[in-house]
Amino acid sequence: MRHLPVFIPLIFFLGALLMALLPRRRTSLPHTLAVAATFGGWVFSILGLGTVIASGTIRYHLGGWQPPIGIELSLDALSAFMCAVVTTVSLLVLIHSKCVAANEHPGKAVPFYSATMLLIGGLLGIIVTADLFNLYVFLEISSLASYALVAIGDKRAPVSAFRYLILGTVGASFYLLGLGFIFIVTGSLNMADVASILPQITTTPPILIGVILMVIGIGVKMALFPLHGWLPDAYTYASSTSTALIAPIGTKVAAYVLIRLLFFVFEKDLVTIEIPVLKTIGYLGAAGIIAGSILAIAQHDLKRMLAYSSVAQISYIALGIGLGSTLGLIGAILHVLNHAFMKACLFLVSANFLTKLGHADISRLDNSVRLKMPWTAAAFTVAAISMIGLPPTAGFFSKWYLVIGSFEQSNWVFITVILVSSLLNAVYFFRVLEKIYLRSNEQKAEDKETTAFASSEAPASMLYPTLILSAGLLVLGLGNVFIVEHVIKLMIPPNL
Amino acid sequence: MEPTQTYNSLVPFWAILASLIAVPLILLSSKKPNVREFWTLIAALVKFALVLSLLPEVRAGKIAECTLLELSPQIGLSLKVDAFGIFFALIASGLWILTSIYSIGYMRGHHEKKQTRYFASFALSLSATIGVAFSANLLTFIVFYELLTLATYPLVIHSETKEAIRAGRQYLAYSLSAGLLLIAGAGWIYSATGSLDFQPGGILNSVNATPNAFRLVFLLFVVGVGVKAGIMPFHSWLPNAMVAPTPVSALLHAVAVVKSGVFGVIRVVGFVFGPELMTLHHLNLILGIFAGATIILASLIALQQDSLKRRLAYSTIGHLSYIVLGAALLSKDGFVGGIFHISTHAVMKITLFFCAGAIYVNTHRQKVSELDGIGKAMPWTMGAFAIGSLGLIGIPPINGFFSKWYLVMGSVQSGWWIALVVLLLSGLLNAAYFLPILHRAFFVKSDQFANYGEASPWMVVPLCTTALLAVVFGFFPNLFFGFFSLAQQITASVFNLNLAGGGQ
Repeated sequence: MRHLPVFIPLIFFLGALLMALLPRRRTSLPHTLAVAATFGGWVFSILGLGTVIASGTIRYHLGGWQPPIGIELSLDALSAFMCAVVTTVSLLVLIHSKCVAANEHPGKAVPFYSATMLLIGGLLGIIVTADLFNLYVFLEISSLASYALVAIGDKRAPVSAFRYLILGTVGASFYLLGLGFIFIVTGSLNMADVASILPQITTTPPILIGVILMVIGIGVKMALFPLHGWLPDAYTYASSTSTALIAPIGTKVAAYVLIRLLFFVFEKDLVTIEIPVLKTIGYLGAAGIIAGSILAIAQHDLKRMLAYSSVAQISYIALGIGLGSTLGLIGAILHVLNHAFMKACLFLVSANFLTKLGHADISRLDNSVRLKMPWTAAAFTVAAISMIGLPPTAGFFSKWYLVIGSFEQSNWVFITVILVSSLLNAVYFFRVLEKIYLRSNEQKAEDKETTAFASSEAPASMLYPTLILSAGLLVLGLGNVFIVEHVIKLMIPPNL
Repeated sequence: MEPTQTYNSLVPFWAILASLIAVPLILLSSKKPNVREFWTLIAALVKFALVLSLLPEVRAGKIAECTLLELSPQIGLSLKVDAFGIFFALIASGLWILTSIYSIGYMRGHHEKKQTRYFASFALSLSATIGVAFSANLLTFIVFYELLTLATYPLVIHSETKEAIRAGRQYLAYSLSAGLLLIAGAGWIYSATGSLDFQPGGILNSVNATPNAFRLVFLLFVVGVGVKAGIMPFHSWLPNAMVAPTPVSALLHAVAVVKSGVFGVIRVVGFVFGPELMTLHHLNLILGIFAGATIILASLIALQQDSLKRRLAYSTIGHLSYIVLGAALLSKDGFVGGIFHISTHAVMKITLFFCAGAIYVNTHRQKVSELDGIGKAMPWTMGAFAIGSLGLIGIPPINGFFSKWYLVMGSVQSGWWIALVVLLLSGLLNAAYFLPILHRAFFVKSDQFANYGEASPWMVVPLCTTALLAVVFGFFPNLFFGFFSLAQQITASVFNLNLAGGGQ
């Protein structure tokens, strides 16, 4: 149990290394290995979450060197929870990926799956590390892997990957630069150490600049509005599996870093009074919710619509962070979980469409989807209802905490934004639902469009992960109090 | 107030579940229509029996409660069967039995497509309705309220024509926006009081806030529940939703959905804000203005409608606001009258819609102007129509007269003379839009219906039953279920009155 913090990311790096040793002929082996490694990581994460809830934070000193000199990994409630979310979603998406990989990028299984392993390993590394510089290292590992993953897509993918690379590198550089300032002042890179040093010294410009640079850097990685420019293209043109991995968990981990920095490393006065970082993030979030939702309405491609919707949904988390209160943080963390499930489910549905229909173009969807792929359609419906935020699905409850958190501070702007965005979500999801359920084939023949009817339901390996995720939305919704009371409450920093 | 006891019981939960369990059964037996309809009928009977079994306890002042799970810290998905809850649940589940029988006749007689989806959505809607009725707190109410919106959407777009899809969009846009305002209102109350429980007399009495804050939040609620209650100007989804099959218009758009709206209004007035706060900040005036304007305007618009179902829809909008007005009067008799009107309007309006559907299936006529001489061909149907419409006009001894009588008394008690004028004027307008239909049906001679007979007994029996109920409840308002005593019981709890002193 003591070694869990190191096992969780390590098993993925081992998986990535072993991947290269696999015989080229056996095309199904990389998938099996990836699923096996992820399953292992998932078991470790669940064990870790259980242990942390039962007996508190696990601290692990690499090589036995004590911090602040040695490298420290730590699994507290927040990081254990994030590990569990990341590995659960990854496991389901990777099981689903078998047919997608064969269909969308045949012959690239080995590089694809090793990049996947590096991505997940990197993300988990970000989560478990207790060291600001190590965080940067893992950030780069996961980012490089995700550039590669985005590039494995259709013809336009390399260009969007290049753009993602440029912006992502800028973001990472900002973070590193900011970290430099903090290091100069505090002389430490260990999170707990920095957190204890900062309140003792007077706030000087280098600290302020360091904080701002780090937040901007992470903001780019998180696609915080208006730093989201890389996201829509990257998500749209990448392969379905890459999108289904990066969208639900990639940006969430960046959001986690933001929460970690703002609530656990920097003291509260620094980010609220000295410079209004929290407030700014909250209002940027509010703007992003509206902008992302409106842009989502304008899209014709399902994946692109979901990409813009991701911008909006990430902004909910930003808004919760911006509230800077217990309720706000509960809402933000719950939304990390809920949105990971929702978005993974939706991107898997769009992958099912791509596999069975050959496209995910909203204007060409019709009721053959409902007739031939009833379960996929049902999963989409549940996820859509959750995205709109109707009870009793999961999406309602994270919004509920954000709403009452906003009321607590009488922030009518936030309340209005959250409510209006629900309506905007309803517009773009019901548009798709109407097509799937009500638009008949005959009408379509009149339109004289190229026809591509769904022939049958997606194969079991694709269907079950989709259904598990959508059923999970109901479970998470009805069980939200259990999660909040027994898991999320443990993460709330005491000084909030 | 009578001392109330509470006890734990899962019966309300089973009452909700009865029709929810029927949904998969209906879907699975889509190939066998008789089995499918069997499930619907069984679910309707079981549900009604379960609701009925709770009635004696409620009359004895005992309240059944159960909390299924927590929705938000300290706020459970809780059910509570108080007098008002069972009042509404009895009406909805009782009329569902008749509507189910009628639906079978209508859907088969009309050879409708997608009957499985229809019956499944219907069962789901009823679960949501009973959930609304038994909600113990605002959050549970919202959960079922939104579920009701989603469950009834497939029924509105049933025909899948462009018109139906447009009506469906409008319905969703209106209802979902309203739901959001409710959530906002609930959020405010939760952050002000830490509680969302419905309590007779309100839960906001100890809250410190400016009058304008109260007014704003009240307005959120009025719009939130007012959309489903058809309060103008939030009503326009309702006439357009008449593209749905007639049984849907009958049970959902005259009883379950719209009454969930007025049910919500009374919950908000009596159990969230409470009469004291309402009078203190003149909130009832806001509500009264909305209601009074709606009553008159809806009746005036109804006059101009040639489509029978649209005329009935506008009549529904007007009558729903009777109930809202009754709540706004905040006098004992007004409240009793408003609540009692929920039940009287339900049986009368469902009769009228049943008749409209029977006429449509039998003769394919949808317009008032096409009904010359139909009374001879369909005497039972039009006889029932006559009873229903005379009742809505307010002619004794049909039960509509009594609810109106109490509303009139209530207006006098509160000294709202304008309300009195509105009610009397509306009675005249009701006569102006209903009597021409009867005139055409019975007194204009025409041979166009010579080849038509009465509709199928599947339809005629339910509609005659509801017409009969309208008359029977007129003479004996307390027969079978004690609707009138329940209305008094609710009023007494809200106004904190001694039951013995109130009433008759």
